[in-house]
Amino acid sequence: MITEMLIWSIFLAQILLVLAMGCAVIRILRGPRAQDRVVGLDTLYVNATMLLLVFGIRTTSTLYFEAALIIALLGFVSTAAIAKFLMRGEVIE
Amino acid sequence: MTHLAELPSWAALLTALLLLLGAALALIGSFGLLRFGSFYERIHAPTLGSTLGIGFVLIASMLFFSVLRSRPVLHEVLITALMVVTTPITLMLLARAALYRDRTEGNDDVPPSV
Repeated sequence: MITEMLIWSIFLAQILLVLAMGCAVIRILRGPRAQDRVVGLDTLYVNATMLLLVFGIRTTSTLYFEAALIIALLGFVSTAAIAKFLMRGEVIE
Repeated sequence: MTHLAELPSWAALLTALLLLLGAALALIGSFGLLRFGSFYERIHAPTLGSTLGIGFVLIASMLFFSVLRSRPVLHEVLITALMVVTTPITLMLLARAALYRDRTEGNDDVPPSV
């Protein structure tokens, strides 16, 4: 009974996170300017990290944790690089 | 799904609650990103997901694996530390870049530089 509740709430959490990723994707597609798209990309990365953690709980495997860590790290690096590019016109001066 | 049945009921209840709360906060933040009108309003909304949302999901993951393996499994602290350090940096860089772009284009709705 309580296990079924846990399974259903994991399923619901996955649906909510996918909807959140959909909102971020719509913001990336709609823009209207470059910085709006970058905020959308950052949100997409955070939501993907959370979705991978929920996958890890669902399958009771710690394999997904490494993927979540790498996605969080790459999200930071890419957003910082694009913000630098928007500010200066080049990433490495 | 077989391992999930070995979890005590209090831990299962708490994990489910934290997961739903974290996912709902992430959805609210992303919906705000979609709905707000200007960039400077929009940049506030997703921080709801990247602070509290991911925090709840990480606590749920730590609790779940610690109770299931009956030893502390705390490697999610790595992601927590990473998010705590990186979220303000990225959003501040982005806001400054947007402000710089708006000023150089001469838009009226941004404050003048001091």
